[in-house]
Amino acid sequence: MGDLWAGLGQAFWLLATLDADLVEITLRSLRVTLTALVIACAIALPLAAFLAVRRFRLRRATIAVLNALMGLPPVVVGLVVYVFLSRAGPFGVFGLLFTPTAMIIAQVIIVVPLVASVAHQSLRELWSDYHDLLISMNATQFQRIKALLWDGRRALLTAALAGFGRAIGEVGAIMVVGGNIDHATRVLTTAIALETGKGEFAMALGLGFVLIALAVAVNLMIHWLGRTESEGRW
Amino acid sequence: MEMFPLVVQGACVRRRGKLLVGPVDLTLGGQGSAIVIGPNGAGKTTLLKMLHGIVRMRDGSLDWACPLAEAQKHQAFVFQTPVMMRRTVIENIAYPLRLTGVRRREARARAADWAERVGLGSILERQATNLSGGERQKLALARALVREPQVLFLDEPCAALDGRATREIEEILTRAAASGTRLIMSTHNMGQARRLADEVIFVLRGRIHEFGPADEFFAGPQTAQARAFLNGDIVE
Repeated sequence: MGDLWAGLGQAFWLLATLDADLVEITLRSLRVTLTALVIACAIALPLAAFLAVRRFRLRRATIAVLNALMGLPPVVVGLVVYVFLSRAGPFGVFGLLFTPTAMIIAQVIIVVPLVASVAHQSLRELWSDYHDLLISMNATQFQRIKALLWDGRRALLTAALAGFGRAIGEVGAIMVVGGNIDHATRVLTTAIALETGKGEFAMALGLGFVLIALAVAVNLMIHWLGRTESEGRW
Repeated sequence: MEMFPLVVQGACVRRRGKLLVGPVDLTLGGQGSAIVIGPNGAGKTTLLKMLHGIVRMRDGSLDWACPLAEAQKHQAFVFQTPVMMRRTVIENIAYPLRLTGVRRREARARAADWAERVGLGSILERQATNLSGGERQKLALARALVREPQVLFLDEPCAALDGRATREIEEILTRAAASGTRLIMSTHNMGQARRLADEVIFVLRGRIHEFGPADEFFAGPQTAQARAFLNGDIVE
Protein backbone atom coordinates (compact mmCIF):
# COMPACT_ATOMS: atom_id res chain seq x y z
CA MET A 1 0.00 0.00 0.00
CA GLY A 2 2.92 2.23 0.83
CA ASP A 3 4.30 1.72 -2.68
CA LEU A 4 0.96 2.81 -4.13
CA TRP A 5 0.97 6.11 -2.28
CA ALA A 6 4.63 6.59 -3.05
CA GLY A 7 3.80 5.92 -6.72
CA LEU A 8 1.04 8.48 -6.70
CA GLY A 9 3.37 10.99 -5.09
CA GLN A 10 6.09 10.18 -7.62
CA ALA A 11 3.64 10.56 -10.50
CA PHE A 12 2.50 13.89 -9.17
CA TRP A 13 6.09 15.02 -8.68
CA LEU A 14 7.14 13.91 -12.19
CA LEU A 15 4.23 15.78 -13.70
CA ALA A 16 4.56 18.85 -11.53
CA THR A 17 8.26 19.27 -12.34
CA LEU A 18 7.75 18.25 -15.98
CA ASP A 19 10.57 15.79 -15.64
CA ALA A 20 12.61 15.89 -18.87
CA ASP A 21 12.92 12.10 -19.15
CA LEU A 22 9.22 11.64 -18.52
CA VAL A 23 8.28 14.19 -21.16
CA GLU A 24 10.63 12.57 -23.67
CA ILE A 25 9.33 9.07 -22.97
CA THR A 26 5.72 10.20 -22.99
CA LEU A 27 6.08 12.04 -26.28
CA ARG A 28 7.79 9.03 -27.83
CA SER A 29 5.02 6.75 -26.56
CA LEU A 30 2.43 9.03 -28.10
CA ARG A 31 4.30 9.41 -31.36
CA VAL A 32 4.84 5.67 -31.82
CA THR A 33 1.30 4.74 -30.78
CA LEU A 34 -0.54 7.42 -32.73
CA THR A 35 1.53 6.78 -35.86
CA ALA A 36 0.83 3.07 -35.58
CA LEU A 37 -2.84 3.77 -34.98
CA VAL A 38 -3.18 6.04 -38.01
CA ILE A 39 -1.48 3.46 -40.25
CA ALA A 40 -3.52 0.62 -38.73
CA CYS A 41 -6.79 2.53 -39.22
CA ALA A 42 -5.85 3.33 -42.83
CA ILE A 43 -5.55 -0.43 -43.41
CA ALA A 44 -8.21 -1.81 -41.07
CA LEU A 45 -11.18 0.50 -41.66
CA PRO A 46 -11.39 0.11 -45.46
CA LEU A 47 -10.75 -3.61 -44.98
CA ALA A 48 -13.65 -3.80 -42.50
CA ALA A 49 -15.95 -1.92 -44.89
CA PHE A 50 -14.85 -4.11 -47.79
CA LEU A 51 -15.62 -7.26 -45.79
CA ALA A 52 -19.04 -5.84 -44.92
CA VAL A 53 -19.94 -4.91 -48.49
CA ARG A 54 -18.30 -7.49 -50.68
CA ARG A 55 -19.32 -11.12 -50.93
CA PHE A 56 -16.53 -13.46 -51.98
CA ARG A 57 -15.69 -17.10 -51.46
CA LEU A 58 -13.25 -16.81 -48.56
CA ARG A 59 -15.05 -13.95 -46.82
CA ARG A 60 -16.20 -15.89 -43.78
CA ALA A 61 -12.79 -17.48 -43.41
CA THR A 62 -11.14 -14.06 -43.65
CA ILE A 63 -13.40 -12.67 -40.92
CA ALA A 64 -12.75 -15.70 -38.72
CA VAL A 65 -9.00 -15.33 -39.16
CA LEU A 66 -9.22 -11.61 -38.42
CA ASN A 67 -11.15 -12.30 -35.24
CA ALA A 68 -8.67 -14.97 -34.22
CA LEU A 69 -5.77 -12.59 -34.83
CA MET A 70 -7.21 -10.20 -32.24
CA GLY A 71 -5.66 -12.48 -29.67
CA LEU A 72 -2.27 -12.48 -31.36
CA PRO A 73 0.45 -12.76 -28.67
CA PRO A 74 2.40 -9.50 -28.93
CA VAL A 75 5.68 -11.06 -27.98
CA VAL A 76 5.39 -13.49 -30.89
CA VAL A 77 4.63 -10.59 -33.23
CA GLY A 78 7.71 -8.87 -31.86
CA LEU A 79 9.76 -11.98 -32.47
CA VAL A 80 8.56 -12.33 -36.08
CA VAL A 81 9.18 -8.65 -36.80
CA TYR A 82 12.59 -9.02 -35.17
CA VAL A 83 13.47 -11.90 -37.48
CA PHE A 84 12.35 -9.93 -40.53
CA LEU A 85 14.21 -6.77 -39.54
CA SER A 86 17.37 -8.34 -38.14
CA ARG A 87 20.53 -8.12 -40.22
CA ALA A 88 20.10 -11.66 -41.49
CA GLY A 89 16.41 -11.10 -42.22
CA PRO A 90 14.84 -10.09 -45.53
CA PHE A 91 14.49 -6.43 -44.48
CA GLY A 92 17.75 -6.23 -42.50
CA VAL A 93 19.23 -3.96 -45.12
CA PHE A 94 16.96 -1.10 -44.01
CA GLY A 95 18.51 -1.06 -40.52
CA LEU A 96 15.17 -0.63 -38.80
CA LEU A 97 15.69 -2.93 -35.83
CA PHE A 98 15.80 -1.09 -32.48
CA THR A 99 14.25 2.04 -33.94
CA PRO A 100 10.81 3.58 -33.31
CA THR A 101 9.89 2.50 -36.88
CA ALA A 102 10.28 -1.14 -35.90
CA MET A 103 8.05 -0.50 -32.89
CA ILE A 104 5.45 1.10 -35.13
CA ILE A 105 5.52 -1.87 -37.50
CA ALA A 106 4.97 -4.30 -34.63
CA GLN A 107 2.13 -2.21 -33.21
CA VAL A 108 0.44 -1.95 -36.61
CA ILE A 109 0.47 -5.74 -36.93
CA ILE A 110 -1.03 -6.09 -33.46
CA VAL A 111 -3.66 -3.38 -33.83
CA VAL A 112 -4.96 -4.01 -37.39
CA PRO A 113 -6.94 -7.19 -36.57
CA LEU A 114 -8.49 -5.59 -33.50
CA VAL A 115 -9.58 -2.39 -35.25
CA ALA A 116 -10.75 -4.31 -38.32
CA SER A 117 -12.82 -6.78 -36.28
CA VAL A 118 -14.50 -4.18 -34.08
CA ALA A 119 -15.13 -1.91 -37.09
CA HIS A 120 -16.49 -4.82 -39.12
CA GLN A 121 -19.08 -5.60 -36.46
CA SER A 122 -20.44 -2.06 -36.62
CA LEU A 123 -20.24 -1.70 -40.38
CA ARG A 124 -21.95 -5.03 -40.95
CA GLU A 125 -25.01 -3.74 -39.08
CA LEU A 126 -24.92 -0.46 -40.95
CA TRP A 127 -24.60 -2.31 -44.24
CA SER A 128 -27.68 -4.41 -43.46
CA ASP A 129 -29.56 -1.08 -43.13
CA TYR A 130 -28.06 0.47 -46.25
CA HIS A 131 -27.86 -2.61 -48.49
CA ASP A 132 -31.05 -2.20 -50.51
CA LEU A 133 -30.84 1.60 -50.59
CA LEU A 134 -27.31 1.81 -51.97
CA ILE A 135 -27.89 -0.97 -54.49
CA SER A 136 -31.08 0.79 -55.55
CA MET A 137 -29.09 4.00 -56.05
CA ASN A 138 -26.54 2.18 -58.22
CA ALA A 139 -23.70 3.06 -55.89
CA THR A 140 -20.40 1.52 -56.95
CA GLN A 141 -18.45 -0.70 -54.58
CA PHE A 142 -16.13 2.19 -53.78
CA GLN A 143 -19.07 4.53 -53.12
CA ARG A 144 -20.68 1.98 -50.82
CA ILE A 145 -17.49 1.60 -48.81
CA LYS A 146 -17.12 5.38 -48.65
CA ALA A 147 -20.71 5.82 -47.43
CA LEU A 148 -20.26 3.16 -44.75
CA LEU A 149 -17.01 4.67 -43.51
CA TRP A 150 -18.46 8.17 -43.38
CA ASP A 151 -21.84 7.33 -41.87
CA GLY A 152 -20.33 4.84 -39.46
CA ARG A 153 -17.60 7.19 -38.32
CA ARG A 154 -18.75 7.39 -34.69
CA ALA A 155 -18.66 3.62 -34.33
CA LEU A 156 -15.31 3.56 -36.10
CA LEU A 157 -13.99 6.00 -33.55
CA THR A 158 -14.71 3.41 -30.89
CA ALA A 159 -12.80 0.83 -32.91
CA ALA A 160 -9.88 3.23 -33.23
CA LEU A 161 -9.94 3.92 -29.50
CA ALA A 162 -9.86 0.19 -28.78
CA GLY A 163 -6.80 0.04 -31.03
CA PHE A 164 -5.22 2.96 -29.22
CA GLY A 165 -5.80 1.27 -25.87
CA ARG A 166 -4.14 -1.89 -27.10
CA ALA A 167 -1.20 -0.06 -28.66
CA ILE A 168 -0.41 2.36 -25.83
CA GLY A 169 -0.34 -0.47 -23.30
CA GLU A 170 1.72 -2.80 -25.46
CA VAL A 171 5.07 -3.89 -24.03
CA GLY A 172 6.10 -7.36 -25.25
CA ALA A 173 6.55 -6.69 -28.94
CA ILE A 174 8.09 -3.25 -28.68
CA MET A 175 10.51 -4.45 -26.04
CA VAL A 176 11.74 -7.12 -28.47
CA VAL A 177 11.98 -4.94 -31.59
CA GLY A 178 12.74 -1.63 -29.85
CA GLY A 179 15.20 -2.83 -27.27
CA ASN A 180 14.17 -0.23 -24.65
CA ILE A 181 17.17 1.96 -25.51
CA ASP A 182 17.36 5.16 -23.45
CA HIS A 183 16.74 8.31 -25.52
CA ALA A 184 16.00 6.17 -28.56
CA THR A 185 13.25 3.57 -28.16
CA ARG A 186 12.26 3.77 -24.51
CA VAL A 187 8.52 4.32 -24.06
CA LEU A 188 6.28 4.38 -20.99
CA THR A 189 5.53 0.66 -20.91
CA THR A 190 9.10 -0.49 -21.42
CA ALA A 191 10.29 2.08 -18.85
CA ILE A 192 7.79 0.67 -16.36
CA ALA A 193 9.09 -2.85 -17.02
CA LEU A 194 12.65 -1.63 -16.53
CA GLU A 195 11.92 0.22 -13.29
CA THR A 196 10.02 -2.79 -11.93
CA GLY A 197 12.98 -4.99 -12.78
CA LYS A 198 15.24 -2.60 -10.87
CA GLY A 199 12.94 -2.76 -7.86
CA GLU A 200 12.02 0.94 -8.24
CA PHE A 201 8.33 0.34 -7.64
CA ALA A 202 7.48 3.93 -6.82
CA MET A 203 8.96 5.14 -10.08
CA ALA A 204 7.29 2.26 -12.00
CA LEU A 205 3.94 3.09 -10.43
CA GLY A 206 4.47 6.78 -11.13
CA LEU A 207 5.04 6.02 -14.79
CA GLY A 208 2.04 3.68 -14.69
CA PHE A 209 -0.23 6.44 -13.41
CA VAL A 210 1.07 8.76 -16.11
CA LEU A 211 0.31 6.07 -18.70
CA ILE A 212 -3.23 5.62 -17.41
CA ALA A 213 -3.79 9.38 -17.32
CA LEU A 214 -2.48 9.65 -20.87
CA ALA A 215 -4.76 6.90 -22.16
CA VAL A 216 -7.80 8.42 -20.46
CA ALA A 217 -6.92 11.92 -21.68
CA VAL A 218 -6.54 10.81 -25.30
CA ASN A 219 -9.84 8.89 -25.13
CA LEU A 220 -11.67 11.86 -23.66
CA MET A 221 -10.14 14.23 -26.19
CA ILE A 222 -11.17 12.05 -29.13
CA HIS A 223 -14.68 11.66 -27.70
CA TRP A 224 -14.91 15.39 -27.24
CA LEU A 225 -13.57 16.15 -30.71
CA GLY A 226 -15.89 13.57 -32.26
CA ARG A 227 -18.87 14.77 -30.20
CA THR A 228 -19.79 11.12 -29.75
CA GLU A 229 -22.24 11.80 -26.98
CA SER A 230 -23.95 14.81 -28.57
CA GLU A 231 -27.67 14.28 -28.77
CA GLY A 232 -29.08 13.40 -32.15
CA ARG A 233 -25.74 13.28 -33.91
CA TRP A 234 -23.95 10.36 -35.41
CA MET B 1 -34.28 7.99 -73.79
CA GLU B 2 -37.27 5.65 -73.91
CA MET B 3 -37.29 2.93 -71.26
CA PHE B 4 -40.67 1.40 -72.00
CA PRO B 5 -42.14 -1.03 -72.69
CA LEU B 6 -40.80 -3.18 -69.89
CA VAL B 7 -41.24 -6.80 -70.90
CA VAL B 8 -41.02 -9.54 -68.28
CA GLN B 9 -41.21 -13.17 -69.34
CA GLY B 10 -41.27 -16.19 -67.06
CA ALA B 11 -39.42 -14.32 -64.32
CA CYS B 12 -38.99 -16.18 -61.02
CA VAL B 13 -37.42 -15.32 -57.70
CA ARG B 14 -36.33 -18.19 -55.51
CA ARG B 15 -34.70 -18.24 -52.12
CA ARG B 16 -33.11 -21.41 -50.81
CA GLY B 17 -34.97 -23.33 -53.46
CA LYS B 18 -38.37 -21.95 -52.52
CA LEU B 19 -40.30 -20.08 -55.19
CA LEU B 20 -41.19 -16.64 -53.84
CA VAL B 21 -42.42 -14.96 -56.99
CA GLY B 22 -43.20 -16.17 -60.46
CA PRO B 23 -43.36 -17.13 -63.10
CA VAL B 24 -44.24 -13.53 -63.98
CA ASP B 25 -45.24 -12.41 -67.47
CA LEU B 26 -45.90 -8.71 -67.74
CA THR B 27 -45.64 -5.89 -70.24
CA LEU B 28 -45.71 -2.36 -68.86
CA GLY B 29 -46.11 0.77 -70.94
CA GLY B 30 -44.66 4.11 -69.97
CA GLN B 31 -47.73 6.03 -68.89
CA GLY B 32 -49.51 6.56 -65.56
CA SER B 33 -49.44 4.76 -62.27
CA ALA B 34 -49.47 1.00 -61.87
CA ILE B 35 -50.62 -0.09 -58.43
CA VAL B 36 -49.69 -3.52 -57.11
CA ILE B 37 -52.25 -4.95 -54.71
CA GLY B 38 -52.71 -8.28 -53.01
CA PRO B 39 -52.91 -9.88 -49.59
CA ASN B 40 -50.06 -10.01 -47.08
CA GLY B 41 -47.28 -12.32 -48.20
CA ALA B 42 -48.50 -12.39 -51.79
CA GLY B 43 -45.09 -11.24 -53.07
CA LYS B 44 -45.77 -7.56 -53.81
CA THR B 45 -42.51 -6.32 -52.32
CA THR B 46 -40.45 -9.05 -53.95
CA LEU B 47 -42.11 -8.36 -57.29
CA LEU B 48 -41.26 -4.65 -57.05
CA LYS B 49 -37.70 -5.41 -56.00
CA MET B 50 -37.35 -7.87 -58.85
CA LEU B 51 -38.56 -5.33 -61.39
CA HIS B 52 -36.17 -2.76 -59.93
CA GLY B 53 -33.28 -5.23 -59.92
CA ILE B 54 -32.53 -5.34 -56.19
CA VAL B 55 -33.64 -8.96 -56.03
CA ARG B 56 -32.09 -11.32 -58.54
CA MET B 57 -34.23 -13.43 -60.85
CA ARG B 58 -33.41 -17.11 -61.10
CA ASP B 59 -35.29 -17.76 -64.33
CA GLY B 60 -36.89 -15.77 -67.09
CA SER B 61 -36.07 -12.40 -68.55
CA LEU B 62 -36.70 -8.76 -67.83
CA ASP B 63 -36.06 -6.35 -70.69
CA TRP B 64 -36.32 -2.59 -70.76
CA ALA B 65 -36.49 -0.81 -74.09
CA CYS B 66 -33.00 0.54 -73.42
CA PRO B 67 -29.82 -1.14 -72.14
CA LEU B 68 -30.13 -2.33 -68.53
CA ALA B 69 -27.32 -0.09 -67.25
CA GLU B 70 -29.09 2.95 -68.69
CA ALA B 71 -32.44 1.84 -67.33
CA GLN B 72 -30.99 1.44 -63.83
CA LYS B 73 -29.80 5.05 -63.85
CA HIS B 74 -33.33 6.29 -64.40
CA GLN B 75 -35.09 4.37 -61.64
CA ALA B 76 -35.56 4.96 -57.94
CA PHE B 77 -37.10 2.98 -55.12
CA VAL B 78 -38.90 4.09 -51.97
CA PHE B 79 -38.99 1.42 -49.29
CA GLN B 80 -41.84 0.68 -46.92
CA THR B 81 -39.56 1.48 -43.99
CA PRO B 82 -37.52 4.40 -45.28
CA VAL B 83 -33.79 3.98 -44.81
CA MET B 84 -32.36 7.11 -43.21
CA MET B 85 -28.70 7.61 -43.87
CA ARG B 86 -26.90 8.92 -40.81
CA ARG B 87 -26.72 12.41 -42.20
CA THR B 88 -28.73 15.60 -42.20
CA VAL B 89 -31.90 15.97 -44.25
CA ILE B 90 -30.20 17.94 -47.00
CA GLU B 91 -27.24 15.56 -47.16
CA ASN B 92 -29.63 12.61 -47.48
CA ILE B 93 -31.46 14.20 -50.39
CA ALA B 94 -28.24 15.35 -52.06
CA TYR B 95 -26.60 11.94 -51.76
CA PRO B 96 -27.95 10.35 -55.00
CA LEU B 97 -26.76 13.40 -56.91
CA ARG B 98 -23.31 13.20 -55.35
CA LEU B 99 -23.14 9.56 -56.48
CA THR B 100 -23.52 10.67 -60.08
CA GLY B 101 -20.74 13.23 -59.77
CA VAL B 102 -22.82 16.38 -59.27
CA ARG B 103 -20.75 18.96 -57.40
CA ARG B 104 -21.51 19.45 -53.73
CA ARG B 105 -22.79 22.99 -54.03
CA GLU B 106 -25.14 22.20 -56.92
CA ALA B 107 -26.29 18.97 -55.28
CA ARG B 108 -27.16 20.84 -52.09
CA ALA B 109 -29.04 23.52 -54.02
CA ARG B 110 -31.12 20.94 -55.86
CA ALA B 111 -31.65 18.98 -52.66
CA ALA B 112 -32.85 22.13 -50.88
CA ASP B 113 -35.29 22.74 -53.73
CA TRP B 114 -36.71 19.22 -53.42
CA ALA B 115 -36.85 19.47 -49.65
CA GLU B 116 -38.91 22.61 -50.09
CA ARG B 117 -41.25 20.86 -52.54
CA VAL B 118 -41.97 18.02 -50.12
CA GLY B 119 -42.32 20.31 -47.12
CA LEU B 120 -38.99 19.68 -45.40
CA GLY B 121 -37.50 23.06 -46.24
CA SER B 122 -37.44 24.24 -42.65
CA ILE B 123 -35.48 21.29 -41.26
CA LEU B 124 -32.67 20.92 -43.77
CA GLU B 125 -29.93 20.59 -41.16
CA ARG B 126 -31.78 18.22 -38.84
CA GLN B 127 -30.40 14.70 -38.47
CA ALA B 128 -32.53 12.41 -40.63
CA THR B 129 -32.64 9.73 -37.96
CA ASN B 130 -34.54 12.15 -35.69
CA LEU B 131 -37.45 12.67 -38.11
CA SER B 132 -41.01 11.46 -37.59
CA GLY B 133 -42.50 8.69 -39.75
CA GLY B 134 -44.18 11.10 -42.15
CA GLU B 135 -41.07 13.26 -42.47
CA ARG B 136 -38.94 10.20 -43.12
CA GLN B 137 -41.22 9.11 -45.93
CA LYS B 138 -41.17 12.58 -47.44
CA LEU B 139 -37.40 12.62 -47.24
CA ALA B 140 -37.26 9.21 -48.92
CA LEU B 141 -39.50 10.53 -51.68
CA ALA B 142 -37.42 13.67 -52.18
CA ARG B 143 -34.26 11.55 -52.25
CA ALA B 144 -35.82 9.29 -54.86
CA LEU B 145 -37.18 12.13 -56.98
CA VAL B 146 -34.12 14.38 -56.86
CA ARG B 147 -32.55 12.54 -59.81
CA GLU B 148 -35.85 12.93 -61.66
CA PRO B 149 -36.25 9.23 -62.41
CA GLN B 150 -38.40 7.99 -65.25
CA VAL B 151 -39.64 5.14 -63.08
CA LEU B 152 -40.34 5.33 -59.37
CA PHE B 153 -41.01 2.12 -57.45
CA LEU B 154 -42.77 2.56 -54.12
CA ASP B 155 -43.36 -0.19 -51.61
CA GLU B 156 -46.35 0.79 -49.49
CA PRO B 157 -45.05 4.31 -48.93
CA CYS B 158 -48.00 5.32 -46.73
CA ALA B 159 -48.10 2.29 -44.46
CA ALA B 160 -48.17 3.43 -40.83
CA LEU B 161 -48.76 7.08 -41.76
CA ASP B 162 -51.66 9.16 -40.52
CA GLY B 163 -54.27 10.65 -42.86
CA ARG B 164 -52.61 14.02 -43.22
CA ALA B 165 -49.18 12.57 -44.01
CA THR B 166 -50.80 10.14 -46.46
CA ARG B 167 -52.53 12.99 -48.27
CA GLU B 168 -49.27 14.96 -48.49
CA ILE B 169 -47.42 11.94 -49.86
CA GLU B 170 -50.17 11.32 -52.42
CA GLU B 171 -49.99 14.94 -53.56
CA ILE B 172 -46.26 14.59 -54.12
CA LEU B 173 -46.82 11.36 -56.04
CA THR B 174 -49.56 12.91 -58.16
CA ARG B 175 -47.25 15.81 -59.06
CA ALA B 176 -44.44 13.38 -59.90
CA ALA B 177 -46.76 11.35 -62.13
CA ALA B 178 -48.01 14.53 -63.81
CA SER B 179 -44.44 15.51 -64.61
CA GLY B 180 -43.89 12.22 -66.42
CA THR B 181 -42.55 9.84 -63.78
CA ARG B 182 -43.97 6.35 -64.15
CA LEU B 183 -45.13 5.14 -60.72
CA ILE B 184 -45.16 1.45 -59.85
CA MET B 185 -46.41 1.18 -56.32
CA SER B 186 -47.72 -1.43 -53.93
CA THR B 187 -50.35 -0.61 -51.36
CA HIS B 188 -52.71 -2.21 -48.90
CA ASN B 189 -55.00 0.76 -48.94
CA MET B 190 -57.77 0.16 -51.48
CA GLY B 191 -58.88 3.78 -51.25
CA GLN B 192 -55.41 4.88 -52.17
CA ALA B 193 -55.30 2.36 -55.00
CA ARG B 194 -58.56 3.76 -56.41
CA ARG B 195 -57.28 7.33 -56.09
CA LEU B 196 -53.91 6.79 -57.72
CA ALA B 197 -54.17 3.80 -60.04
CA ASP B 198 -54.29 3.93 -63.81
CA GLU B 199 -53.48 0.22 -63.94
CA VAL B 200 -53.82 -2.48 -61.31
CA ILE B 201 -51.58 -5.51 -60.85
CA PHE B 202 -53.26 -8.01 -58.55
CA VAL B 203 -50.74 -10.40 -57.03
CA LEU B 204 -51.52 -13.65 -55.28
CA ARG B 205 -49.11 -16.38 -54.15
CA GLY B 206 -46.26 -14.78 -56.03
CA ARG B 207 -48.06 -14.65 -59.36
CA ILE B 208 -49.90 -11.94 -61.22
CA HIS B 209 -53.55 -12.94 -61.18
CA GLU B 210 -54.92 -9.89 -62.91
CA PHE B 211 -53.43 -6.95 -64.71
CA GLY B 212 -55.36 -4.23 -66.47
CA PRO B 213 -56.84 -0.75 -66.40
CA ALA B 214 -57.86 0.33 -62.90
CA ASP B 215 -61.42 1.30 -63.91
CA GLU B 216 -62.11 -2.12 -65.33
CA PHE B 217 -60.50 -3.94 -62.43
CA PHE B 218 -62.44 -2.10 -59.76
CA ALA B 219 -65.69 -2.24 -61.76
CA GLY B 220 -65.50 -5.96 -62.44
CA PRO B 221 -62.53 -8.09 -61.47
CA GLN B 222 -62.08 -11.15 -63.66
CA THR B 223 -61.11 -13.71 -61.04
CA ALA B 224 -62.94 -14.93 -57.96
CA GLN B 225 -59.86 -14.24 -55.82
CA ALA B 226 -59.68 -10.60 -56.92
CA ARG B 227 -63.41 -10.21 -56.27
CA ALA B 228 -63.02 -11.70 -52.81
CA PHE B 229 -60.03 -9.45 -52.11
CA LEU B 230 -61.93 -6.35 -53.11
CA ASN B 231 -64.85 -7.46 -50.93
CA GLY B 232 -62.49 -7.59 -47.97
CA ASP B 233 -62.59 -11.37 -47.65
CA ILE B 234 -59.51 -13.31 -46.57
CA VAL B 235 -57.71 -14.50 -49.67
CA GLU B 236 -54.90 -17.07 -49.46
